Amino acid sequence: MNLNFKHEWIETNIGLMAVLTMLAISVGGLVEIAPLFFIDKTIEKVEGVRPYTPLEQRGRDIYQREGCYLCHSQMIRPFRDEKLRYGHYSLAAESQYDHPFQWGSKRTGPDLARVGGKYSNEWHVQHLIAPRSMVPESVMPNYPWLQTTPLDISDVTDRMKALRKVGVPYSLTEAEYKANAQKFGETVARQLHIPDAQKNLIEQANFGNYDGDRSGISEMDALVAYLQVLGTMVDFSKYKDDAFVDSR
Amino acid sequence: MAVTTYSGAEQYNFDIVKKFAVMSLVWAVIGMFVGVYIASELAWPFLNFDNPYISFGRFRPVHTTTVIFGFGGSALFATSYYVVQRTCQTRLISDGMASFTFWGWMAIIFLADISYMLGYTQSREYAEMEWPIDILIEVVWVTYLILFVGTIMRRKQPHIYVANWFYLAFILATALLHTFNNLAMPINLFSMKSYSLFAGTQDAMTQWWYGHNAVGFFLTAAFLGMMYYFVPKQAGRPIYSYRLSIVHFWALGFMYMWVGAHHLHWTALPDWTSSLAAAFSILLLMPSWGGMINGIMTLSGAWDKLRTDPVMRFMIVALSFYGMSTFEGPMMSLKEVNALSHYTDWTVGHVHSGALGWVAMISFGSLYHMMPKLWDTKIYSQKMVEWHFWLATIGIVLYIVAMWISGITQGLMWRAFDEFGNLQYSFVESVAAMHPFYAMRAIGGMFFLTGAVLMTYNMFMTIRQGKREAAALEAKLAAKMARA
Repeated sequence: MNLNFKHEWIETNIGLMAVLTMLAISVGGLVEIAPLFFIDKTIEKVEGVRPYTPLEQRGRDIYQREGCYLCHSQMIRPFRDEKLRYGHYSLAAESQYDHPFQWGSKRTGPDLARVGGKYSNEWHVQHLIAPRSMVPESVMPNYPWLQTTPLDISDVTDRMKALRKVGVPYSLTEAEYKANAQKFGETVARQLHIPDAQKNLIEQANFGNYDGDRSGISEMDALVAYLQVLGTMVDFSKYKDDAFVDSR
Repeated sequence: MAVTTYSGAEQYNFDIVKKFAVMSLVWAVIGMFVGVYIASELAWPFLNFDNPYISFGRFRPVHTTTVIFGFGGSALFATSYYVVQRTCQTRLISDGMASFTFWGWMAIIFLADISYMLGYTQSREYAEMEWPIDILIEVVWVTYLILFVGTIMRRKQPHIYVANWFYLAFILATALLHTFNNLAMPINLFSMKSYSLFAGTQDAMTQWWYGHNAVGFFLTAAFLGMMYYFVPKQAGRPIYSYRLSIVHFWALGFMYMWVGAHHLHWTALPDWTSSLAAAFSILLLMPSWGGMINGIMTLSGAWDKLRTDPVMRFMIVALSFYGMSTFEGPMMSLKEVNALSHYTDWTVGHVHSGALGWVAMISFGSLYHMMPKLWDTKIYSQKMVEWHFWLATIGIVLYIVAMWISGITQGLMWRAFDEFGNLQYSFVESVAAMHPFYAMRAIGGMFFLTGAVLMTYNMFMTIRQGKREAAALEAKLAAKMARA
C-alpha cells in the first residue's frame, strides 16, 4: 500500500466513501452465496424428492401463513439425539423445491422435517384444533378455523405457474410433462401438470379425506396433507449410512 | 420569526426530526406491548383466544417489525436527519423528500403489521413483508439515500463526521440486503402472495445473510452512528480515539457480511460456508469491541456523570450491553456451543440483550438528549428518567436471565440420554419445564414496556412544556413590539 495513504481522502469525499463502503460490504455475500448456486455438491443427488402436489402446496401456503416456522424447525441436525428423536438428518436435496425454505430457527415445538406418517390424520386434526386435548403441556395455539374454512382453490394454477417461473418443475406443456414423467414417474408427473391442478387437488383431497369431513375441502385437508408428506420422499433404507457425508 | 431562528428551525429541517422522534416512541410502546403479549401467549396459551389475527405465529412478526423498523427505524431516521444536518451545518436538501420518507415509512410499518395479521408473510424472519410493501420500502429507501448523501454533499466543512460514515454504511447495506433477500415472484399482480426466487439451501443462506446483517447494519452500524454523535455530546467530550473509529468502521463493515451463515450451523448448508462464517464471527469481536471501547472511553475524565446524569447512564449501559452481546454472539457462533444453543431460547435471549440492552437503551439516551433540544426546553421530569432507567435495566436482566436458563435447559434436555442410551426426555417435557421462565420473561418485558410508557409520557409533557414556553416568549415579544 502507498505509505502516503491518508484516510482523509476518503472522509472528505462522499463519493469515494460510498463506493469503498459498497465494496467492503459486498465481498462477504459474494464469496458465501454465489458459489452455492454453482458447486454441484451443494445439493445431493438423491432419489424420490419431488415438488409438492397442488393440495400439499396449498397446505404449505397455510403453514407459512400461520407462521408455523416460528416455533417449528424443518431441519434435523446430524446428532445422535436428533436421529433418535426425529430421524435421519435433513438433506439439502429435500428442500430443493421449497420456495421459500422453512428450515426455521427455533424449536418452541418439535422439529417437523420428518413428521409425515408419524401420526394419523385424525391425530393431526384433533391436535391442530385443540393441541392441549392431545398434549396437555403444549403451548401451541388452537387452530379451529382451519377445519371450518373452505380451501381457496381458485388461484392454485396461478400459484403453480409462479413456482414454475422460479424453477419448480411443474409442467405446462406436453414436452415438460413428458420430461417429468421420465424424471419422477407417470403418477407423480400427473400431479405436477398445471392444467390439471384443480382436478388433481380435488381428487387428492377427496381420496385422502385428511380432515375426516367429506362435505368439502377445508384448509385442514391441505395442511394435514402437507404435514403427512414432510420427510417421507427419500427412502433412506436405499442408502448407506455415510452416503451423504461428502456433501457436507 | 425571531423566536424560531435561535432554535435552528430555519437553518435546519427539525420538523421531520420531531415527527420521526415522536413516532419512534409511539411504535416503541405498540411494538413492546405486542412483544409482552406474545411472550404471555407462550406462558399462558389461552391468550391466543382462538383468534387467527393475534395467534402467536401471525403476531410475532408484528412485534419484530414494529420494534425493529417502527421504533428502531424511526429513531434512526430522526437521529440521522438531526446528526447529518448538525454535523454538516446545512439543511436537508429537500423538505418534500424528507416528508415522503416519513409518510412512506409510517405506511410501511402500518401495512406490514396489518398484512401479517391477515396472514400475508414471506416467512423470512425480519423480512416478512410481502412484495408490494417491499417495493414501497425500496422507493422510500432510495429517497432516504439520495437525501442523506445529497445533504452531505452540501456540507460546510471538508470532513465528513464519523457518525455519518456509520449511517451511510447502514443505508447502503440495508438497500443491498433488502433488494436481494426479497427477490420473489408474485402469483399475480392483484395478489399479495409471492414465492421466493430461491429455494432450500440457497434461500436459507440468502435469508440469513440478510437476517444477520439486519442486526449488523440496521441494529448495529446505524446505532453506532447514533452513539458517535450523542455520547460525545452528552458527555461534553470528544471521541476517545479517531484512529480506532477508522479501523473499526472498515473492519465492521467488511466482516459483518460474512457471518450470517452461523445461523445455519449443522444444517444442510455446506460446512465450508458455515465454518467461514464462524471464523469471521470470532474476528468480528474485535471491531465490535472497538466501537464499545471508543464509546465508553469517551467518558474518561467525566466519569462522575454516571452518577449525576441518568441520560448518560442510558448510553453507557447501552454500550456495556453492546460489548456483552457482541461477546456472546461470537461464542454462540462456535459450532460446539451452537449445537447446544441453536433452536433454543438462548438465541432469543441473546437477541434481546442486543435489542433491549444496546439498541433500545442507546435510542432512549439519544432521544432524551435530542427531544428537549428540538422543542427548546428541558426534560419535564428527571425523576421519571431515573425510574425509566431502572425499570428498563431490571426488565432486561429478568428477560435475559430467564432465556439463558430456559435455553440451556432446553439444549441439555434434548440431548440427555438415560443409562440405556435412550432419550431421557420427551420433547414436551422440555416445553413444560419452560413455563416458569416464559412467565419470568413476560414479566421482564412488562418492566421494560412500563419504562417506555413512562418515557413517552415524560416526552409528551416535555413537548407540551416546550410549546408553552415558546408561546409565552412569543406573547412577550408581541407585547414588546406593540409597546414599541
